[in-house]
Amino acid sequence: MIKRFSALSPSWLFAAPALLVYAVVVLYPSVAGVLYAFTDWSGIGEGMSFVGAANFRAILNDEQAMGSLGNTLLLTLAIVVVQNGLGLLLALGVHAKLRSRALLRVIFFAPVVVSPVMVAFLWKYVYNPDPSAGLNGLLGLEVDWLGDPSVALWSIAGMVVWQYAGYSMVIFLAGLEGIPAELHEAAMIDGAGTLQRFRYVTWPLLAPALTINLMLSTIGGLKLFDQVFAATNGGPGYATETLSTVLYKQAFVFGKFGYSTAIALVLALFVAAVSLVQIYYLRSREVAQ
Amino acid sequence: MRRTFLLEVVMIAAAVAFMFPVYALVTLSLKDPAQLSQTPLALPNPPTGDNFAKAWSAAALAPSLVNSTVITVVSLVALIGLGSFAAYFLARAHTRLGYGLYVLFLLGIVLPFQLGMIPLYRLVTDLGLIGTHAGMILFYTGVQLPFTVFLYTGFIRALPREYASAAQIDGASHLTAFTRVVFPLLRPITGTVLILNAVFIWNDFFTPLLYLGGSGFETVPVSVFSFVGQYVSDYGLVFAGLVMGALPIVLVFLVLQRYVIKGFSSGLKG
Repeated sequence: MIKRFSALSPSWLFAAPALLVYAVVVLYPSVAGVLYAFTDWSGIGEGMSFVGAANFRAILNDEQAMGSLGNTLLLTLAIVVVQNGLGLLLALGVHAKLRSRALLRVIFFAPVVVSPVMVAFLWKYVYNPDPSAGLNGLLGLEVDWLGDPSVALWSIAGMVVWQYAGYSMVIFLAGLEGIPAELHEAAMIDGAGTLQRFRYVTWPLLAPALTINLMLSTIGGLKLFDQVFAATNGGPGYATETLSTVLYKQAFVFGKFGYSTAIALVLALFVAAVSLVQIYYLRSREVAQ
Repeated sequence: MRRTFLLEVVMIAAAVAFMFPVYALVTLSLKDPAQLSQTPLALPNPPTGDNFAKAWSAAALAPSLVNSTVITVVSLVALIGLGSFAAYFLARAHTRLGYGLYVLFLLGIVLPFQLGMIPLYRLVTDLGLIGTHAGMILFYTGVQLPFTVFLYTGFIRALPREYASAAQIDGASHLTAFTRVVFPLLRPITGTVLILNAVFIWNDFFTPLLYLGGSGFETVPVSVFSFVGQYVSDYGLVFAGLVMGALPIVLVFLVLQRYVIKGFSSGLKG
């Protein structure tokens, strides 16, 4: 009797409302976006014609778009490396039996819940070029953090890392908490020192947390928009322009909607590639277990 | 023992350095223009509340807080309702349709919203939903459904079927079994769904800027954005606006910190 009842699945109608909203908001626009990427649509009226791969060829010859692609990749690399490195150090720190550990976790995590736009405005002051204010005043420097084209991109990376290092920290922390204490004890009995235990016990068992962190920070970096838009709007010149800020401008400033969606498609391909590598990696790990 | 003490000192020093921007934010918001230019890094002496009174009305924070709250709360209710229902089917139907739909939803996690940004903007305009709460609620529900469905499906799959079967033997329909028996069991994952989506929706900027800019229905980040653009050189005023704009979510975080941190660190594993 129980078997017969449990074999009956709920009707697909359970999924119908969600599917409808998802199709309207995500599926249809994304498919349409892929199609628009091959047109010269200007956003006004219905007039558009199919232009083949012309938009993509134009991207290759567009200094601003290619520059933004390079910036996006550099920014992403810097954010992924520094954010996860710092996040790991913080996690190891607050994982130890410190009296202030609970408070430290709250402090390092707090910026994660704040709007990136507001964090960017706060950092705009921290990056004040005035030698007596902000970071310059604190450290006795005279750097034009957001105005100097050779520094600005790294300054953006700095504010993103400040906001999200705590996010990496809590994911690493969850990984650390999942490592059985017996493993460390066994390694200690075998005479392993702190570094060896990190290298041979902690690090391999942190792999799932590392994978999640790498994926989150990579995708977040590739899609970065709010912080750049609020802090520099892509300037000085094109120094901090990212794919997301360029595709925004192409659409809503210059009205080149077809071209803008072509850039969005390039961005989507990068994000999809990262996600697929990640999914493949997670799958093969599950199989290995 | 000595080693943890040393580590504690290092970590507290790191936390103090980490909080420098927050120190600047709070102290500057309490200074008058003379203090701002003469002693930018010192403590406010005497502190003034003028910036806060001025920023509150200049940034239109009262209406934006209402807009943000309405949009966030209704979107969350829709996401939890639609998402958990869909996941119940996807987790329990071992058919080609069930599996295919699950993969279709997962695809939405991978697709960046920028790809559909312009066609969707056009669709929302055609529906007459630009500049309305309803347009934003529809957007957030659709965009966050894949992730919500993913979290719920993983959780339901790990849940024994017998709970619902027992109810059905007693004559309950699938609908009753789900709403009365299964849904209450989903509380832990509902908490995670709630927290992750709430933080995302409350702080989202790009789409509300596009859909709500200039409509009078702006959310907090959009209002703060235009407010800062207007008073950009007056740091005291700008920072008072930022403090008040960030305060609601920071307070919620401080009250629920344990759950929030747990949600962020566990939710991704599904």
